[in-house]
Amino acid sequence: MAETVQQSVQPSGGPPDRPKRRLSRRQRARVIRGVQYGVLVLVVVVIALNTNWPRIRAAFFDLDVARRMFPEVITIALKNTVVYTALGFAFGLGLALVLALMRLSSVGPYRWFARGYIEFFRGLPALLVFVAVGSGVPLAFPGTILNRYVALMLALGIVSAAYMAEVIRAGIQAVPRGQVEAARSLGMSPVKTMIWIVIPQAFRIVLPPLTNDLVLLTKDSSLALFLGSSINQQELTQFGRQALNQARSLTPVLVAGLCYLIITIPLSILSNRLERKYGRGVGAQG
Amino acid sequence: MTHAVEIIDLHKSFGPLEVLRGIDAEVSTGEVVCVIGPSGSGKSTLLRCVNVLEQPTSGRVIVGGVELTDPDVNIDAARRRIGMVFQGFNLFANLTVLDNLTIAQRKVLRRSRGAAEKVARENLDKVGLGEKIHAHPSQLSGGQQQRVAIARALSMDPQLMLFDEPTSALDPELVGDVLGVMRQLADEGMTMLVVTHEMQFAREVADRVLFMDGGVVVEAGPPSEVIGRPTQERTRTFLARVLDPVHRDPTG
Repeated sequence: MAETVQQSVQPSGGPPDRPKRRLSRRQRARVIRGVQYGVLVLVVVVIALNTNWPRIRAAFFDLDVARRMFPEVITIALKNTVVYTALGFAFGLGLALVLALMRLSSVGPYRWFARGYIEFFRGLPALLVFVAVGSGVPLAFPGTILNRYVALMLALGIVSAAYMAEVIRAGIQAVPRGQVEAARSLGMSPVKTMIWIVIPQAFRIVLPPLTNDLVLLTKDSSLALFLGSSINQQELTQFGRQALNQARSLTPVLVAGLCYLIITIPLSILSNRLERKYGRGVGAQG
Repeated sequence: MTHAVEIIDLHKSFGPLEVLRGIDAEVSTGEVVCVIGPSGSGKSTLLRCVNVLEQPTSGRVIVGGVELTDPDVNIDAARRRIGMVFQGFNLFANLTVLDNLTIAQRKVLRRSRGAAEKVARENLDKVGLGEKIHAHPSQLSGGQQQRVAIARALSMDPQLMLFDEPTSALDPELVGDVLGVMRQLADEGMTMLVVTHEMQFAREVADRVLFMDGGVVVEAGPPSEVIGRPTQERTRTFLARVLDPVHRDPTG
């Protein structure tokens, strides 16, 4: 580096035994950037020339097919995805909190159970859990017919709780010790301290990773497919697949995909906002 | 005068490290006792043993006639009467100033919201921060946070206040406000046990001073004696360093 600088200061007076002209730092940066843009333009041009655009358009952006999906894709599919996700998240979050507290319990068996649960359900494909809830529960408990919503809530919640429990546990442990000491010194019992001081702060700390889990859960709700459903119960993925069977175009897949983004992108924005609002108070004492 | 705090042969070890090696001390009701000494001498540990935030290894701590080292004691009930102020303030980061002052009143003392807020306002006015009632702790300076922390402790109507180096984390120009509040408390007759490096405060406000070093109380007595005319060599060395830090250590 130093050598280069020296060279750029006296480029013309370079020693004759070095015939190769060295570039200055600025020149080199310009060349590198130029090459990168060149490659980009080349790739774009090659793709543009070699692609059959009308065909791509028919395959992915067939407006007629897309139009036929409305309004059901919103009123049924998107709505169901949101409902299933919300049910699963509510149940999963509650279960995760219990598991996180068990993980931190002073009673050994609680810790072992939580540990085992988390390892077990984190390691299984969510699909297996759906199959188990869908087919296993009626087999294991004859006569029990799970309401579809209950089955979905259980399956989604059981899986997501395993992930969220670890996140919440980390959040609880990230609350500064001084907060607990202050609460205890005011005469608050361990339980009151946990409820009023630690858990509220833990949730603020884990808001970003928890949003991440919610986004994953939104996508996992597509597994509702394996619990069987009538038309009115279809969520986005299933709805898209069915529309795909009727249309000779991949457009339904694209529409369904965009609908997922309608859910997940606002979630990210909301999370960022909450993080900014709450984040300043936590962990930045003094 | 009755003893507000009695400490009998207190020992505390962290693993192999013996931090307190047999402390005997008492604080009378209405008395202000300052604990001074070099860092690592066990001052803060002693204070934290008084409300059993730190579980003593052996020995007894009796506060207001209740032995807190008894394993069957209702420690939460006992701590209600013991206010504590920390070096790092430890205001609840998720709550406003008002809620910081009312939450324990409501959840522990079962006061109504109205009653708790009334007490909170009185104590905030007392520490001169009545206008910060709806602020968030992170919006306050260190000195303001510490005064809110004092008001929070006072809102529980404590019979004893513990201060654990309350000004050590503050910028020098903010120390005075906090010490002013503490002096006012002392004048009102609050029983106080204060771990501090502020010799001026100890000299002017304390009824008695304990000098600790190496986990034992080396010297105890009125500030005019312990700080003014120390009899022990270790006390003299410490005071020389603290009061005149620019000069060379006379022993070294």
